[in-house]
Amino acid sequence: MTENSLDTSGRHAAADQASTERAGASANAPGSADSPAHVDSSVPSRVAAPPPGGAGRPPRPTLGRRAAAFADSLWRPGLVLAAVFAVWWFVAAREYVPNYLVPTPGQVWETMTGQWSELARHTVVTLYETVLGFLLAAAFGLATAVAIAYSRTLDKALYPIVLFAQVIPKIAIAPLLVVWFGLGLTPKVILAVLIAFFPVVISGVAGLRSTDPELLDLAATMGAGPWRTFRKIRFPNALPHLMAGLKVAVTLAVVGAVVGEFVGASEGLGYVLLLANGNLDAPLLFADLILMSAIGIVLFVLVEIAEALLIPWHASRRAGVSLTTS
Amino acid sequence: MTAAPAATGTAIGMSGLTVRFTTRRSQTTALDDVSLDIEPGEFVTIVGPSGCGKSTLLKIVAGLVKPTSGAVSLLQRPVRGPQKEIGFVFQKAALLEWRGARANILLQAEMRGMDRAQAARRADELIEMTGLTGFEKALPHELSGGMQQRVALCRALLHSPPVLLMDEPFGALDALTREQMNAELHRIWRETGSTVVLVTHSIAEAVFLGTRVVVMSPRPGRIIRTFPVELPAHRDYAQVMSDPRFDRLATDLRGLLGSAAANH
Repeated sequence: MTENSLDTSGRHAAADQASTERAGASANAPGSADSPAHVDSSVPSRVAAPPPGGAGRPPRPTLGRRAAAFADSLWRPGLVLAAVFAVWWFVAAREYVPNYLVPTPGQVWETMTGQWSELARHTVVTLYETVLGFLLAAAFGLATAVAIAYSRTLDKALYPIVLFAQVIPKIAIAPLLVVWFGLGLTPKVILAVLIAFFPVVISGVAGLRSTDPELLDLAATMGAGPWRTFRKIRFPNALPHLMAGLKVAVTLAVVGAVVGEFVGASEGLGYVLLLANGNLDAPLLFADLILMSAIGIVLFVLVEIAEALLIPWHASRRAGVSLTTS
Repeated sequence: MTAAPAATGTAIGMSGLTVRFTTRRSQTTALDDVSLDIEPGEFVTIVGPSGCGKSTLLKIVAGLVKPTSGAVSLLQRPVRGPQKEIGFVFQKAALLEWRGARANILLQAEMRGMDRAQAARRADELIEMTGLTGFEKALPHELSGGMQQRVALCRALLHSPPVLLMDEPFGALDALTREQMNAELHRIWRETGSTVVLVTHSIAEAVFLGTRVVVMSPRPGRIIRTFPVELPAHRDYAQVMSDPRFDRLATDLRGLLGSAAANH
């Protein structure tokens, strides 16, 4: 992290240096090729490496450095998790709380490994519902956002409906969905879509509306049609907002899928949770919760990775490695 | 490039331009009966206090703002809607922050559907000319303000527009960078022969760059006077600054702008 912010300042230094050189070159006689590249000695030499004229970017961090940075970002949350784990283990092992309420980590582990194939099957079901719901929510959400951002009429027509759909407690319509669509995949996916839809729309509209009006004026003088302007200017400009919305949406999609399973299902982690609850099977309950959280975390990280690849240029991402210039 | 149009007829014709903004409470007149003809190859600078409608004037010429009354023509064609035969430079560089310098310049070509190879060659020429060599891939946040504005200038010049409109392009730069950019812009204008209209707050900039200086009054914006600039066509920054004719004109302008503000 610190490494990269240093790089950035280094490039600034390089830019300023080159512009002063140019100033010198245009004021004095040109061709003073031997004009020394004044580099402040306090700047690390790696940063000063670009030749006079400033060609080239700073070298990419090596694999070792990146691994070190990754480890550096992990040890703090790791420590907190370990502390929580230790407290759990201590409380359960000493039986301050009876084991049928709080099982020991060992019991949970045994349940997880013992019933692994069953649990894996249910995890895949929930994961499938979540991902499908998320992707549909992203697609519909983005389409709605575009409609709202581009058309005043649609803005007035759709926005109240979107808002209304959001304030209905969606968990409360889960039973209705089960009545309508049965116990299969459909009601879970619909619920996931309904829950994950709103943040996508809101962030998409905010992103599309945040385009610098001067850029739009500029696009007009370039004679570009609305599609080109959308593709080259408005959409990329909206991506940072949109990605933030998608991160919220993906975690909410898990909630939608699980709640759908609560209400009526024959498989999935939500179904297992109810089963474990009914049997007072605390180890299974804990194992199930851990798997649900794991789904949320994995999907969230995937969206984060997508974000890092899509918008390496954005301020929130500048610590990352630049991948593209076009 | 073939930037200079045939030397017949006006490049930009404005007649009786008036702009009124109506808000709920009141009506403001931003521009009041502005008429100005600009010949091909001229470099017209417009000075005036803040809020005198100078920027609005440029946007009208570009077809981005409709005047309440009056008419504009660009290259002898009436302006209705956004114009393509222009290059526009704003006070902010207005670059796409996800694109490198060269890709930002080439946005012009992509939006216009220009020939790729030809546009790429032209972009490289401009990069060379404005001293951006070595920074082709640098993202806007990695460039200094002056460099960003150079990229914006290259973008505006990529399609060799016969008319270049500049809205306080160097207003956000420090004094030294500004002088340097002025000298560069002068050189570029000499090389391309485009018609340039530049709006500025700086009297020195207006006199150094302009072949004609237009002075506007505070709101409602009117043209108070236009001054021809009697300086050699080829100008060296240091020489111009010490030229007595420069001093005289600058003093006149300062007096005029001062009294205009005082009467307000």
